[in-house]
Amino acid sequence: MPATSKAMRDSHARVFDLDVLSLRELNQALHNLAPGSNETAWEVLNPKGSHSVAVGVDQPVSIDVRGSVGYYCGGMNSGSTITVHGSAGPGVGENMMSGSIVIKGDASQYAGATGKGGLLVIEGNASSRCGISMKGIDIVVHGNIGHMSAFMAQSGNLVVLGDAGDALGDSIYEARLFVRGKVDSLGADCIAKELRPEHLELLQGLLDRAGVTGVKPSEFKRYGSARTLYNFNIDNADAY
Amino acid sequence: MCGIVGLFLKDKALEPKLGAMLSEMLVSLSDRGPDSAGIAIYGATSGNEAKITIQSPKPERDFRGLDAELAKALGAPVSIAVKSTHAVVRTTPDKVDAAREALQSLRPDIRIMGAGEAVEIYKEVGLPEAVVERFDVRKMTGTHGIGHTRMATESAVTTMGAHPFSTGADQCLVHNGSLSNHNNVRRELVREGMKFETENDTEVAAAYLSSQMAHGKNLGEALEGTLSDLDGFFTFVVGTKNGFGVVRDPIACKPAVMAETDQYVAFGSEYRALTKLPGIDNAKVWEPEPATVYFWEH
Repeated sequence: MPATSKAMRDSHARVFDLDVLSLRELNQALHNLAPGSNETAWEVLNPKGSHSVAVGVDQPVSIDVRGSVGYYCGGMNSGSTITVHGSAGPGVGENMMSGSIVIKGDASQYAGATGKGGLLVIEGNASSRCGISMKGIDIVVHGNIGHMSAFMAQSGNLVVLGDAGDALGDSIYEARLFVRGKVDSLGADCIAKELRPEHLELLQGLLDRAGVTGVKPSEFKRYGSARTLYNFNIDNADAY
Repeated sequence: MCGIVGLFLKDKALEPKLGAMLSEMLVSLSDRGPDSAGIAIYGATSGNEAKITIQSPKPERDFRGLDAELAKALGAPVSIAVKSTHAVVRTTPDKVDAAREALQSLRPDIRIMGAGEAVEIYKEVGLPEAVVERFDVRKMTGTHGIGHTRMATESAVTTMGAHPFSTGADQCLVHNGSLSNHNNVRRELVREGMKFETENDTEVAAAYLSSQMAHGKNLGEALEGTLSDLDGFFTFVVGTKNGFGVVRDPIACKPAVMAETDQYVAFGSEYRALTKLPGIDNAKVWEPEPATVYFWEH
Protein backbone atom coordinates (compact mmCIF):
# COMPACT_ATOMS: atom_id res chain seq x y z
CA MET A 1 0.00 0.00 0.00
CA PRO A 2 1.46 3.43 -0.94
CA ALA A 3 2.58 5.49 2.04
CA THR A 4 0.29 8.41 1.19
CA SER A 5 -2.77 6.21 1.19
CA LYS A 6 -1.87 4.71 4.56
CA ALA A 7 -1.31 8.15 6.03
CA MET A 8 -4.70 9.25 4.75
CA ARG A 9 -6.38 6.25 6.28
CA ASP A 10 -4.72 6.84 9.62
CA SER A 11 -5.87 10.44 9.67
CA HIS A 12 -9.50 9.30 9.71
CA ALA A 13 -11.46 7.56 12.41
CA ARG A 14 -11.80 3.81 12.08
CA VAL A 15 -15.53 3.22 11.69
CA PHE A 16 -17.34 0.16 13.04
CA ASP A 17 -20.95 -0.20 11.95
CA LEU A 18 -22.64 -2.64 14.35
CA ASP A 19 -25.36 -3.24 11.76
CA VAL A 20 -22.63 -4.89 9.66
CA LEU A 21 -19.97 -6.11 12.09
CA SER A 22 -20.44 -7.90 15.38
CA LEU A 23 -19.83 -6.45 18.79
CA ARG A 24 -17.17 -9.13 19.34
CA GLU A 25 -15.28 -7.88 16.27
CA LEU A 26 -15.37 -4.32 17.58
CA ASN A 27 -14.17 -5.20 21.06
CA GLN A 28 -11.52 -7.60 19.73
CA ALA A 29 -10.17 -4.88 17.40
CA LEU A 30 -10.00 -2.48 20.34
CA HIS A 31 -8.23 -5.06 22.49
CA ASN A 32 -5.76 -5.79 19.69
CA LEU A 33 -4.48 -2.19 19.79
CA ALA A 34 -0.78 -2.13 20.59
CA PRO A 35 0.78 0.66 22.66
CA GLY A 36 1.55 3.62 20.43
CA SER A 37 -0.86 2.59 17.68
CA ASN A 38 -1.77 5.28 15.19
CA GLU A 39 -5.40 4.17 15.19
CA THR A 40 -6.37 6.66 17.84
CA ALA A 41 -9.84 7.65 16.62
CA TRP A 42 -12.74 5.20 16.50
CA GLU A 43 -16.36 5.61 15.64
CA VAL A 44 -19.13 3.12 16.42
CA LEU A 45 -22.37 3.32 14.43
CA ASN A 46 -25.78 1.76 15.15
CA PRO A 47 -25.13 0.52 18.70
CA LYS A 48 -28.94 0.21 19.17
CA GLY A 49 -28.73 -0.65 22.84
CA SER A 50 -25.96 -3.27 22.45
CA HIS A 51 -24.37 -4.49 25.66
CA SER A 52 -20.69 -4.13 26.56
CA VAL A 53 -19.73 -1.65 23.82
CA ALA A 54 -16.01 -0.80 24.15
CA VAL A 55 -15.39 -2.67 27.40
CA GLY A 56 -11.86 -3.30 28.60
CA VAL A 57 -10.12 -0.81 26.31
CA ASP A 58 -6.58 -0.25 27.59
CA GLN A 59 -5.08 2.21 25.09
CA PRO A 60 -5.47 6.03 25.03
CA VAL A 61 -7.74 6.15 21.98
CA SER A 62 -10.93 8.14 21.51
CA ILE A 63 -14.17 6.31 20.70
CA ASP A 64 -17.34 8.09 19.55
CA VAL A 65 -20.47 5.96 19.83
CA ARG A 66 -23.29 7.33 17.67
CA GLY A 67 -26.48 6.27 19.41
CA SER A 68 -27.65 4.67 22.66
CA VAL A 69 -25.94 1.70 24.32
CA GLY A 70 -27.12 -1.06 26.67
CA TYR A 71 -25.45 -2.58 29.73
CA TYR A 72 -21.83 -1.97 30.78
CA CYS A 73 -20.58 0.40 28.07
CA GLY A 74 -16.93 1.32 28.70
CA GLY A 75 -16.62 -1.10 31.62
CA MET A 76 -13.08 -1.45 33.02
CA ASN A 77 -11.96 1.41 30.78
CA SER A 78 -8.26 2.10 31.17
CA GLY A 79 -7.15 5.32 29.53
CA SER A 80 -9.52 5.68 26.58
CA THR A 81 -11.90 8.57 25.96
CA ILE A 82 -15.39 7.31 25.16
CA THR A 83 -18.25 9.60 24.13
CA VAL A 84 -21.74 8.16 23.81
CA HIS A 85 -23.90 10.39 21.62
CA GLY A 86 -27.08 8.98 23.15
CA SER A 87 -28.08 7.36 26.43
CA ALA A 88 -26.46 4.50 28.33
CA GLY A 89 -27.97 1.42 29.96
CA PRO A 90 -27.12 -0.01 33.38
CA GLY A 91 -23.54 -0.10 34.64
CA VAL A 92 -21.90 2.39 32.30
CA GLY A 93 -18.21 2.75 33.16
CA GLU A 94 -18.41 -0.03 35.73
CA ASN A 95 -15.02 -0.51 37.37
CA MET A 96 -13.36 2.19 35.22
CA MET A 97 -9.63 2.50 36.02
CA SER A 98 -8.71 5.70 34.13
CA GLY A 99 -9.59 7.76 31.07
CA SER A 100 -12.99 9.33 30.59
CA ILE A 101 -16.50 8.48 29.50
CA VAL A 102 -19.02 11.16 28.49
CA ILE A 103 -22.72 10.30 28.09
CA LYS A 104 -24.55 12.97 26.13
CA GLY A 105 -27.96 11.63 27.19
CA ASP A 106 -29.13 9.86 30.36
CA ALA A 107 -27.57 6.92 32.19
CA SER A 108 -29.44 4.02 33.75
CA GLN A 109 -28.78 2.48 37.13
CA TYR A 110 -25.37 1.98 38.80
CA ALA A 111 -23.41 4.31 36.53
CA GLY A 112 -19.72 4.25 37.47
CA ALA A 113 -20.20 1.41 39.95
CA THR A 114 -16.97 0.38 41.74
CA GLY A 115 -14.95 2.76 39.51
CA LYS A 116 -11.34 3.13 40.64
CA GLY A 117 -10.32 6.16 38.57
CA GLY A 118 -10.96 8.34 35.57
CA LEU A 119 -13.87 10.69 34.91
CA LEU A 120 -17.48 9.78 34.08
CA VAL A 121 -19.64 12.66 32.86
CA ILE A 122 -23.39 12.23 32.40
CA GLU A 123 -24.86 15.24 30.64
CA GLY A 124 -28.46 14.14 31.31
CA ASN A 125 -29.81 12.39 34.40
CA ALA A 126 -28.45 9.29 36.11
CA SER A 127 -30.75 6.70 37.61
CA SER A 128 -30.55 4.84 40.93
CA ARG A 129 -27.33 3.66 42.58
CA CYS A 130 -25.08 6.07 40.68
CA GLY A 131 -21.52 5.65 41.97
CA ILE A 132 -22.37 2.62 44.11
CA SER A 133 -19.20 1.38 45.83
CA MET A 134 -17.08 3.96 43.96
CA LYS A 135 -13.39 3.54 44.75
CA GLY A 136 -11.70 6.66 43.36
CA ILE A 137 -13.61 7.54 40.20
CA ASP A 138 -14.85 11.10 39.63
CA ILE A 139 -18.47 11.31 38.44
CA VAL A 140 -20.12 14.54 37.27
CA VAL A 141 -23.87 14.45 36.53
CA HIS A 142 -25.38 17.54 34.89
CA GLY A 143 -28.93 16.51 35.83
CA ASN A 144 -30.36 14.51 38.74
CA ILE A 145 -29.42 11.17 40.29
CA GLY A 146 -31.75 8.46 41.63
CA HIS A 147 -32.07 6.73 44.98
CA MET A 148 -29.29 4.85 46.83
CA SER A 149 -26.56 6.68 44.95
CA ALA A 150 -23.00 6.45 46.32
CA PHE A 151 -24.06 3.46 48.46
CA MET A 152 -20.94 2.26 50.33
CA ALA A 153 -18.83 4.74 48.35
CA GLN A 154 -15.19 4.43 49.35
CA SER A 155 -13.32 7.25 47.63
CA GLY A 156 -13.55 9.64 44.71
CA ASN A 157 -15.93 12.50 44.01
CA LEU A 158 -19.57 12.53 42.94
CA VAL A 159 -20.77 15.93 41.67
CA VAL A 160 -24.48 16.43 40.95
CA LEU A 161 -25.72 19.66 39.42
CA GLY A 162 -29.37 18.72 39.99
CA ASP A 163 -31.12 16.80 42.75
CA ALA A 164 -30.39 13.50 44.50
CA GLY A 165 -32.96 10.81 45.38
CA ASP A 166 -33.49 8.98 48.65
CA ALA A 167 -30.75 7.48 50.84
CA LEU A 168 -27.82 9.33 49.32
CA GLY A 169 -24.48 7.97 50.50
CA ASP A 170 -25.88 5.15 52.63
CA SER A 171 -23.05 3.45 54.59
CA ILE A 172 -20.49 5.70 52.90
CA TYR A 173 -16.79 5.39 53.69
CA GLU A 174 -14.72 8.33 52.43
CA ALA A 175 -16.01 9.55 49.05
CA ARG A 176 -16.99 13.22 48.70
CA LEU A 177 -20.49 13.98 47.46
CA PHE A 178 -21.37 17.45 46.13
CA VAL A 179 -25.03 18.18 45.31
CA ARG A 180 -26.28 21.52 43.98
CA GLY A 181 -30.03 20.81 44.24
CA LYS A 182 -32.12 19.14 46.91
CA VAL A 183 -31.42 15.75 48.46
CA ASP A 184 -34.55 13.69 49.16
CA SER A 185 -32.88 12.00 52.12
CA LEU A 186 -29.44 10.98 53.37
CA GLY A 187 -28.61 7.32 53.99
CA ALA A 188 -27.18 5.84 57.19
CA ASP A 189 -24.00 7.58 58.38
CA CYS A 190 -24.05 10.20 55.59
CA ILE A 191 -24.10 13.82 56.78
CA ALA A 192 -23.85 17.34 55.37
CA LYS A 193 -20.36 18.76 55.77
CA GLU A 194 -18.69 22.15 55.60
CA LEU A 195 -17.61 23.33 52.14
CA ARG A 196 -14.05 24.53 52.81
CA PRO A 197 -11.73 26.39 50.40
CA GLU A 198 -9.96 23.17 49.37
CA HIS A 199 -13.33 21.70 48.39
CA LEU A 200 -14.22 24.78 46.32
CA GLU A 201 -10.93 24.39 44.50
CA LEU A 202 -11.47 20.65 43.97
CA LEU A 203 -15.01 21.28 42.69
CA GLN A 204 -13.88 23.97 40.26
CA GLY A 205 -11.35 21.54 38.84
CA LEU A 206 -13.98 18.82 38.42
CA LEU A 207 -16.47 21.22 36.80
CA ASP A 208 -13.76 22.42 34.39
CA ARG A 209 -12.79 18.85 33.45
CA ALA A 210 -16.46 17.99 32.88
CA GLY A 211 -17.00 21.01 30.63
CA VAL A 212 -19.50 22.64 32.98
CA THR A 213 -19.76 26.42 32.66
CA GLY A 214 -21.87 29.02 34.44
CA VAL A 215 -22.01 27.05 37.69
CA LYS A 216 -20.11 28.17 40.79
CA PRO A 217 -18.63 25.71 43.29
CA SER A 218 -20.22 27.71 46.10
CA GLU A 219 -23.68 26.65 44.85
CA PHE A 220 -23.07 23.06 46.05
CA LYS A 221 -23.44 21.39 49.42
CA ARG A 222 -20.97 18.74 50.51
CA TYR A 223 -21.95 15.41 52.04
CA GLY A 224 -19.76 12.67 53.41
CA SER A 225 -19.25 10.05 56.08
CA ALA A 226 -20.00 10.68 59.78
CA ARG A 227 -17.60 7.76 60.37
CA THR A 228 -19.79 6.24 63.07
CA LEU A 229 -20.00 2.87 61.32
CA TYR A 230 -16.24 2.37 61.10
CA ASN A 231 -16.07 0.40 64.33
CA PHE A 232 -18.57 -1.88 65.93
CA ASN A 233 -20.39 -0.25 68.82
CA ILE A 234 -20.78 -2.78 71.60
CA ASP A 235 -24.05 -1.12 72.67
CA ASN A 236 -25.59 -2.45 69.45
CA ALA A 237 -24.67 -6.07 70.16
CA ASP A 238 -28.29 -6.92 71.01
CA ALA A 239 -29.27 -6.10 67.45
CA TYR A 240 -27.38 -9.08 66.09
CA MET B 1 -33.75 -12.14 34.56
CA CYS B 2 -36.76 -12.14 32.12
CA GLY B 3 -37.60 -9.60 29.45
CA ILE B 4 -40.88 -7.74 29.21
CA VAL B 5 -42.38 -5.48 26.57
CA GLY B 6 -45.56 -3.50 26.10
CA LEU B 7 -46.99 -1.37 23.34
CA PHE B 8 -50.03 0.91 23.57
CA LEU B 9 -50.99 2.51 20.27
CA LYS B 10 -52.40 6.01 20.06
CA ASP B 11 -52.34 6.14 16.24
CA LYS B 12 -54.97 3.88 14.64
CA ALA B 13 -52.86 3.69 11.50
CA LEU B 14 -50.38 1.47 13.40
CA GLU B 15 -53.02 -1.03 14.57
CA PRO B 16 -52.51 -3.45 11.64
CA LYS B 17 -48.83 -3.60 12.63
CA LEU B 18 -49.26 -4.18 16.37
CA GLY B 19 -48.43 -7.89 16.20
CA ALA B 20 -45.35 -7.31 14.07
CA MET B 21 -44.07 -4.46 16.23
CA LEU B 22 -44.62 -6.30 19.50
CA SER B 23 -43.02 -9.46 18.09
CA GLU B 24 -39.84 -7.58 17.10
CA MET B 25 -39.68 -6.00 20.55
CA LEU B 26 -39.96 -9.37 22.28
CA VAL B 27 -37.56 -11.23 19.99
CA SER B 28 -34.90 -8.56 20.60
CA LEU B 29 -34.92 -9.52 24.29
CA SER B 30 -34.58 -13.29 23.73
CA ASP B 31 -31.32 -13.54 25.67
CA ARG B 32 -33.05 -12.21 28.79
CA GLY B 33 -35.12 -15.39 29.01
CA PRO B 34 -34.91 -18.52 26.85
CA ASP B 35 -37.36 -20.74 28.77
CA SER B 36 -40.76 -19.67 27.49
CA ALA B 37 -42.48 -16.71 25.92
CA GLY B 38 -45.94 -15.28 25.69
CA ILE B 39 -47.90 -12.43 24.27
CA ALA B 40 -51.32 -10.87 24.92
CA ILE B 41 -52.92 -8.80 22.18
CA TYR B 42 -55.99 -6.64 22.53
CA GLY B 43 -57.95 -6.60 19.28
CA ALA B 44 -61.04 -4.78 18.14
CA THR B 45 -64.20 -5.33 20.18
CA SER B 46 -67.69 -5.57 18.70
CA GLY B 47 -69.59 -5.53 21.99
CA ASN B 48 -71.62 -8.65 21.16
CA GLU B 49 -68.85 -11.23 21.17
CA ALA B 50 -66.57 -12.67 23.84
CA LYS B 51 -63.33 -14.54 23.26
CA ILE B 52 -61.84 -17.32 25.34
CA THR B 53 -58.27 -18.37 24.55
CA ILE B 54 -57.77 -22.06 25.35
CA GLN B 55 -54.74 -24.35 25.20
CA SER B 56 -54.44 -28.10 24.89
CA PRO B 57 -51.47 -30.48 25.17
CA LYS B 58 -53.24 -32.55 22.44
CA PRO B 59 -54.88 -29.96 20.17
CA GLU B 60 -55.80 -32.38 17.38
CA ARG B 61 -57.81 -34.52 19.78
CA ASP B 62 -59.29 -31.73 21.91
CA PHE B 63 -60.22 -29.10 19.33
CA ARG B 64 -61.87 -31.44 16.80
CA GLY B 65 -65.66 -31.06 16.90
CA LEU B 66 -65.44 -28.83 19.95
CA ASP B 67 -67.37 -25.95 18.33
CA ALA B 68 -70.49 -28.04 17.71
CA GLU B 69 -70.35 -29.73 21.12
CA LEU B 70 -69.87 -26.41 22.92
CA ALA B 71 -72.63 -24.70 20.92
CA LYS B 72 -74.99 -27.50 21.89
CA ALA B 73 -74.02 -27.29 25.56
CA LEU B 74 -74.44 -23.51 25.65
CA GLY B 75 -77.43 -23.19 23.35
CA ALA B 76 -75.59 -20.33 21.66
CA PRO B 77 -73.46 -19.90 18.55
CA VAL B 78 -69.77 -20.80 18.96
CA SER B 79 -66.84 -20.49 16.56
CA ILE B 80 -63.32 -21.76 17.13
CA ALA B 81 -60.14 -20.56 15.45
CA VAL B 82 -57.25 -22.98 16.05
CA LYS B 83 -53.66 -21.74 16.17
CA SER B 84 -51.24 -24.58 16.96
CA THR B 85 -51.72 -25.58 20.63
CA HIS B 86 -54.09 -22.68 21.26
CA ALA B 87 -57.56 -21.84 20.00
CA VAL B 88 -59.80 -18.81 20.34
CA VAL B 89 -63.40 -19.66 21.17
CA ARG B 90 -65.95 -16.97 20.25
CA THR B 91 -69.43 -16.87 21.72
CA THR B 92 -71.88 -14.35 23.14
CA PRO B 93 -70.67 -12.35 26.17
CA ASP B 94 -73.35 -13.72 28.51
CA LYS B 95 -72.12 -17.29 27.91
CA VAL B 96 -68.49 -16.88 29.08
CA ASP B 97 -68.91 -18.43 32.53
CA ALA B 98 -71.06 -21.26 31.18
CA ALA B 99 -68.49 -21.85 28.42
CA ARG B 100 -65.66 -22.12 30.99
CA GLU B 101 -67.59 -24.82 32.85
CA ALA B 102 -68.64 -26.63 29.69
CA LEU B 103 -65.08 -26.62 28.36
CA GLN B 104 -63.76 -28.23 31.53
CA SER B 105 -66.32 -31.03 31.36
CA LEU B 106 -66.18 -31.55 27.56
CA ARG B 107 -62.37 -31.45 27.40
CA PRO B 108 -60.77 -31.92 30.86
CA ASP B 109 -57.20 -31.38 29.55
CA ILE B 110 -57.93 -27.93 28.14
CA ARG B 111 -56.47 -24.95 30.03
CA ILE B 112 -57.99 -21.49 29.80
CA MET B 113 -55.36 -18.84 29.05
CA GLY B 114 -57.71 -15.88 29.37
CA ALA B 115 -61.05 -14.47 28.36
CA GLY B 116 -62.65 -11.16 27.54
CA GLU B 117 -64.00 -9.08 24.71
CA ALA B 118 -60.64 -7.96 23.37
CA VAL B 119 -57.75 -10.08 24.62
CA GLU B 120 -56.12 -13.13 23.06
CA ILE B 121 -53.22 -14.79 24.91
CA TYR B 122 -50.62 -17.11 23.43
CA LYS B 123 -47.79 -18.60 25.46
CA GLU B 124 -45.58 -21.65 25.19
CA VAL B 125 -42.24 -23.09 26.23
CA GLY B 126 -39.48 -22.02 23.83
CA LEU B 127 -37.71 -18.96 22.51
CA PRO B 128 -39.71 -15.83 21.59
CA GLU B 129 -39.06 -16.33 17.87
CA ALA B 130 -40.47 -19.87 17.99
CA VAL B 131 -43.52 -18.76 19.96
CA VAL B 132 -44.17 -15.77 17.68
CA GLU B 133 -43.89 -18.04 14.62
CA ARG B 134 -46.03 -20.81 16.07
CA PHE B 135 -48.95 -18.45 16.71
CA ASP B 136 -48.40 -16.19 13.72
CA VAL B 137 -48.31 -13.20 16.08
CA ARG B 138 -46.75 -10.90 13.47
CA LYS B 139 -50.00 -10.86 11.49
CA MET B 140 -52.15 -9.90 14.47
CA THR B 141 -53.79 -6.49 14.68
CA GLY B 142 -54.87 -4.65 17.77
CA THR B 143 -54.81 -1.57 19.95
CA HIS B 144 -52.29 -2.66 22.59
CA GLY B 145 -50.40 -5.69 23.79
CA ILE B 146 -47.82 -7.01 26.26
CA GLY B 147 -45.20 -9.73 26.01
CA HIS B 148 -42.76 -11.69 28.15
CA THR B 149 -39.74 -13.91 27.69
CA ARG B 150 -39.04 -15.98 30.77
CA MET B 151 -36.01 -17.08 32.76
CA ALA B 152 -37.79 -19.12 35.39
CA THR B 153 -37.10 -18.64 39.10
CA GLU B 154 -40.26 -19.26 41.11
CA SER B 155 -41.98 -22.19 39.40
CA ALA B 156 -41.53 -24.84 36.72
CA VAL B 157 -40.89 -24.18 33.03
CA THR B 158 -44.31 -25.12 31.64
CA THR B 159 -46.88 -23.54 29.36
CA MET B 160 -48.97 -22.54 32.36
CA GLY B 161 -45.95 -21.07 34.13
CA ALA B 162 -45.28 -18.76 31.21
CA HIS B 163 -46.50 -15.16 31.19
CA PRO B 164 -48.80 -13.28 30.58
CA PHE B 165 -51.09 -14.33 33.41
CA SER B 166 -54.75 -13.50 33.11
CA THR B 167 -57.05 -13.70 36.12
CA GLY B 168 -59.93 -11.46 35.08
CA ALA B 169 -61.85 -10.52 31.96
CA ASP B 170 -59.51 -8.73 29.55
CA GLN B 171 -56.88 -8.34 32.29
CA CYS B 172 -53.35 -9.65 32.07
CA LEU B 173 -49.94 -9.05 33.52
CA VAL B 174 -46.26 -9.71 32.79
CA HIS B 175 -43.60 -9.53 35.48
CA ASN B 176 -39.85 -9.24 35.79
CA GLY B 177 -38.72 -10.08 39.29
CA SER B 178 -39.82 -12.38 42.08
CA LEU B 179 -42.32 -11.96 44.90
CA SER B 180 -41.56 -13.16 48.42
CA ASN B 181 -45.02 -12.97 50.02
CA HIS B 182 -46.99 -14.62 47.23
CA ASN B 183 -48.06 -17.63 49.31
CA ASN B 184 -49.69 -15.38 51.92
CA VAL B 185 -51.37 -13.19 49.33
CA ARG B 186 -52.57 -16.28 47.44
CA ARG B 187 -54.18 -17.67 50.61
CA GLU B 188 -56.02 -14.38 51.17
CA LEU B 189 -57.21 -14.27 47.58
CA VAL B 190 -58.34 -17.92 47.68
CA ARG B 191 -60.42 -17.05 50.73
CA GLU B 192 -62.03 -14.31 48.62
CA GLY B 193 -62.92 -16.92 46.02
CA MET B 194 -60.16 -16.37 43.44
CA LYS B 195 -59.01 -19.49 41.59
CA PHE B 196 -55.37 -20.26 40.77
CA GLU B 197 -53.94 -22.47 38.04
CA THR B 198 -50.28 -22.56 39.20
CA GLU B 199 -47.88 -22.09 42.11
CA ASN B 200 -46.40 -19.10 40.30
CA ASP B 201 -45.77 -15.78 42.08
CA THR B 202 -46.80 -13.70 39.08
CA GLU B 203 -50.23 -15.31 38.91
CA VAL B 204 -50.74 -13.99 42.45
CA ALA B 205 -49.89 -10.45 41.34
CA ALA B 206 -52.35 -10.75 38.44
CA ALA B 207 -55.07 -12.09 40.75
CA TYR B 208 -54.33 -9.34 43.27
CA LEU B 209 -54.96 -6.69 40.61
CA SER B 210 -58.11 -8.47 39.40
CA SER B 211 -59.40 -8.57 42.97
CA GLN B 212 -58.65 -4.87 43.52
CA MET B 213 -60.41 -3.92 40.28
CA ALA B 214 -63.37 -6.17 41.13
CA HIS B 215 -63.69 -4.06 44.29
CA GLY B 216 -64.11 -0.96 42.15
CA LYS B 217 -60.58 0.37 41.84
CA ASN B 218 -59.31 1.57 38.49
CA LEU B 219 -56.07 0.22 37.03
CA GLY B 220 -53.98 3.05 38.49
CA GLU B 221 -55.39 2.58 41.99
CA ALA B 222 -54.96 -1.19 41.80
CA LEU B 223 -51.31 -0.79 40.75
CA GLU B 224 -50.78 1.65 43.63
CA GLY B 225 -51.85 -1.14 46.00
CA THR B 226 -49.08 -3.47 44.82
CA LEU B 227 -46.52 -1.13 46.40
CA SER B 228 -47.81 -1.79 49.92
CA ASP B 229 -49.32 -5.28 49.57
CA LEU B 230 -46.74 -7.16 47.48
CA ASP B 231 -43.24 -7.79 48.80
CA GLY B 232 -40.32 -8.55 46.51
CA PHE B 233 -38.79 -7.40 43.27
CA PHE B 234 -41.06 -6.40 40.45
CA THR B 235 -41.52 -4.47 37.32
CA PHE B 236 -45.10 -5.11 36.19
CA VAL B 237 -46.64 -4.29 32.83
CA VAL B 238 -50.40 -4.71 32.81
CA GLY B 239 -53.10 -4.67 30.14
CA THR B 240 -56.83 -4.12 30.50
CA LYS B 241 -59.53 -3.86 27.81
CA ASN B 242 -58.70 -0.23 27.13
CA GLY B 243 -55.70 0.45 29.35
CA PHE B 244 -51.99 -0.19 29.81
CA GLY B 245 -50.06 0.31 33.05
CA VAL B 246 -46.53 0.06 34.48
CA VAL B 247 -45.23 -0.02 38.04
CA ARG B 248 -41.84 -0.81 39.61
CA ASP B 249 -41.14 -1.70 43.23
CA PRO B 250 -39.46 0.98 45.40
CA ILE B 251 -35.97 -0.57 45.02
CA ALA B 252 -36.41 -0.75 41.24
CA CYS B 253 -33.47 -3.01 40.42
CA LYS B 254 -35.38 -4.68 37.59
CA PRO B 255 -34.69 -2.61 34.49
CA ALA B 256 -37.32 -0.62 32.63
CA VAL B 257 -37.29 1.95 29.87
CA MET B 258 -40.21 3.68 28.19
CA ALA B 259 -40.73 5.68 25.04
CA GLU B 260 -43.61 7.90 24.04
CA THR B 261 -44.48 9.64 20.77
CA ASP B 262 -47.74 10.95 19.29
CA GLN B 263 -48.21 7.44 17.88
CA TYR B 264 -47.56 5.11 20.84
CA VAL B 265 -46.38 4.44 24.38
CA ALA B 266 -43.84 1.62 24.52
CA PHE B 267 -42.19 -0.31 27.34
CA GLY B 268 -39.09 -2.51 27.25
CA SER B 269 -36.83 -4.12 29.83
CA GLU B 270 -34.03 -2.58 27.79
CA TYR B 271 -33.68 0.13 25.17
CA ARG B 272 -32.76 -2.63 22.66
CA ALA B 273 -36.46 -3.55 22.53
CA LEU B 274 -37.42 -0.08 21.35
CA THR B 275 -34.85 0.60 18.64
CA LYS B 276 -37.01 -0.52 15.69
CA LEU B 277 -40.11 1.48 16.64
CA PRO B 278 -41.04 4.27 14.23
CA GLY B 279 -39.74 7.70 15.25
CA ILE B 280 -37.77 6.30 18.20
CA ASP B 281 -34.90 8.75 17.61
CA ASN B 282 -37.22 11.64 18.41
CA ALA B 283 -39.33 9.89 21.05
CA LYS B 284 -39.40 10.93 24.68
CA VAL B 285 -37.39 8.11 26.30
CA TRP B 286 -37.22 7.71 30.08
CA GLU B 287 -36.90 5.24 32.91
CA PRO B 288 -40.07 4.87 34.95
CA GLU B 289 -39.46 6.08 38.51
CA PRO B 290 -39.51 3.57 41.37
CA ALA B 291 -42.80 3.19 43.30
CA THR B 292 -44.61 5.31 40.72
CA VAL B 293 -47.68 4.19 38.80
CA TYR B 294 -47.96 4.96 35.11
CA PHE B 295 -51.07 4.16 33.12
CA TRP B 296 -52.75 5.10 29.87
CA GLU B 297 -56.32 4.46 28.72
CA HIS B 298 -58.01 4.71 25.36
